[in-house]
Amino acid sequence: MPPAKTSAKPSVMRSVRDIAIVAFGQTDHLRSTDELSEVEMLMPVLHQVLASTGLKTSDIGFTCSGSSDYLAGRAFSFTMALDGVGAWPPISESHVEMDGAWALYEAWTKLLTGDADTALVYSYGKSSPGSVRDVLTRQLDPYYVAPLWPDSVALAALQAQALIDAGDADEPALAGVAARSRGDAAANSHAQLSGSVPQGDYVVRPLRAGDCPPIGDGAAAVILAAGDRARELCERPAWIRGIDHRIEAHSLGVRDLTDSPSSRLAAERAGAFERPVDTAELHAPFTSQEIVLRKALKLGDDVSVNPSGGALAANPVMAAGLIRLGEAAARIHRGESDRALAHATSGPCLQQNLVAVLEGES
Amino acid sequence: MASAPSPEVLRAPLVVEFPFTRSLGPVQSAFLTGLRERTVLGVRTTDGRTLVPPVEYDPVTADEIRDLVEVSATGTVATWAWNHEPRRGQPLDRPFAWVLVKLDGADTALLHALDAPGPEEVRTGMRVRIRWAAERTGAITDIACFEAYEGPEGGEAAPHEGEFSDPVTGIVAPARLDYTYAPGRAQTAYINALSEQRTVGERCPSCHKVYVPPRGACPTCGVATTDRVEVGPRGTVTTYCIVNIKAKNLDIEVPYVYAHIALDGADLALHARIAGIPYDQVRMGLRVEPVWTEGARFPDHYRPTGEPDADYDTYKELV
Repeated sequence: MPPAKTSAKPSVMRSVRDIAIVAFGQTDHLRSTDELSEVEMLMPVLHQVLASTGLKTSDIGFTCSGSSDYLAGRAFSFTMALDGVGAWPPISESHVEMDGAWALYEAWTKLLTGDADTALVYSYGKSSPGSVRDVLTRQLDPYYVAPLWPDSVALAALQAQALIDAGDADEPALAGVAARSRGDAAANSHAQLSGSVPQGDYVVRPLRAGDCPPIGDGAAAVILAAGDRARELCERPAWIRGIDHRIEAHSLGVRDLTDSPSSRLAAERAGAFERPVDTAELHAPFTSQEIVLRKALKLGDDVSVNPSGGALAANPVMAAGLIRLGEAAARIHRGESDRALAHATSGPCLQQNLVAVLEGES
Repeated sequence: MASAPSPEVLRAPLVVEFPFTRSLGPVQSAFLTGLRERTVLGVRTTDGRTLVPPVEYDPVTADEIRDLVEVSATGTVATWAWNHEPRRGQPLDRPFAWVLVKLDGADTALLHALDAPGPEEVRTGMRVRIRWAAERTGAITDIACFEAYEGPEGGEAAPHEGEFSDPVTGIVAPARLDYTYAPGRAQTAYINALSEQRTVGERCPSCHKVYVPPRGACPTCGVATTDRVEVGPRGTVTTYCIVNIKAKNLDIEVPYVYAHIALDGADLALHARIAGIPYDQVRMGLRVEPVWTEGARFPDHYRPTGEPDADYDTYKELV
């Protein structure tokens, strides 16, 4: 398969306005939150990011959210969550039927236009009401693939076996990714799965329970601000130096599952390869996907990968990608990172990928 | 693990089921009709590769591609995954391998199932062939699965017109997802109160509006509405419409009136049917009360109380 058609030397997108993540909040991620509706789960997180910046909902210039009706089992389910952001009188608002990382991308473009100086981005997902493995089959090609109901673990397992056949990984290497992630997650009070977690039995071979993300409910929110507004709202803003997202062919049989050229291209466009990063928050719900991404993004052993525990520690579908951006930004806010890469994915076997480069001012 | 449910948490099964009807373009139509006739078609790209399953646009160049070719029903496993616990809707109801198969003559792989006795019988590079479904309709499931195959390799892809009699031009893809719906804190309280023939709303701590039914948040202030208040049972019709067309399976004679009703103490109108009065005598300002039927979890309808009509100024903010 030849690489996707691109210009010989992709140019790095330079933004016309400096935009930063100035606040990040997330719920504790739990297997089930039956006692709460989506908006009830989301509101404390919204209030947390507003409180940390001192902003009120009426101060926010643009609001964008990510969620999925298929998780909720209800049409237009995101409109219920809008009650939590004070949508009356009317606000400037948008929604993506995707992970909140893509809502953040939309908010970033909105701020670039100068139409707004601040943006609230949030996303949430409750996997507990349904069977997320089956629900995710509905995003597949409806003619040739979805009628076979291949679940999300099965497709990831095909990718893992391709990786093993290529000599890029073996089962102990996959278990090592799981152990490191859950070990790091011990320091993350929001994580659903942390500490020493057994690899367990095969779910779909070669993936064992330990190679798969926990299924759970959760929400996250960030606030973006432009220029001096960001400096007013946050002591050390996490400046978005570049952000890009790319997609590959939907047909799995057309792709090289051991590589992620769309991640690499997005990273290149976001400027990730201009200077080394010290931190990478990768949205890799399966252990095998971290190995694919490390290679595609050329991350060396000196880069701290998923110090939060990553999606193997908590994977609230539709929020897990936004959380990667938030966790990377929070490390910059705390002074633990100067230059971080954040990645989000969507679709089977890393079909769609978003990469952002965040920096703190020294 | 899930914590033990609190007794207040309500749950109900929710099934979402829909037969998605999809049109096929010229390439997908030829491919799926071909499967019905035990013929596997691919499509040739401008740079000479053969894509199976075929698509109408080249995934690399985006060129429109229509050049159909026939490939073999035999092929090689490109990668696989052992599925010991098949799920609903999957091709086989016993343990099987998911496989990406590169059919002889094709340059890309097709996703399907491989029937094999166990994972030790499956490997990347193994030779397989299509096992056709006994009854074929023009769908990807016309391939029942793949099975191990020891015979000779198939030849090169050969040109094919893609013409069949009675071509399949669309598919119906039924989809069913099962959920357990839980309404959350505010709506649970509302539903529980209704079972005692009471209506409760929630007051916003910031703007003091009372929402009914409560959803847990004030859409104006964006804060939780935690202060529970009982409203009604009487209320005022703020606006209404006359329904003249009978809905399917509805056991109510038309015409009837559907109205917005501001319950006493509520700052939001809810909607319900009005009965006990001729349809053409319902009016804005009419005072009404709920009528409960035996064992019902919500009022069947509202009827006039006989009180004088409410003054417009008392409910104009709620219209």
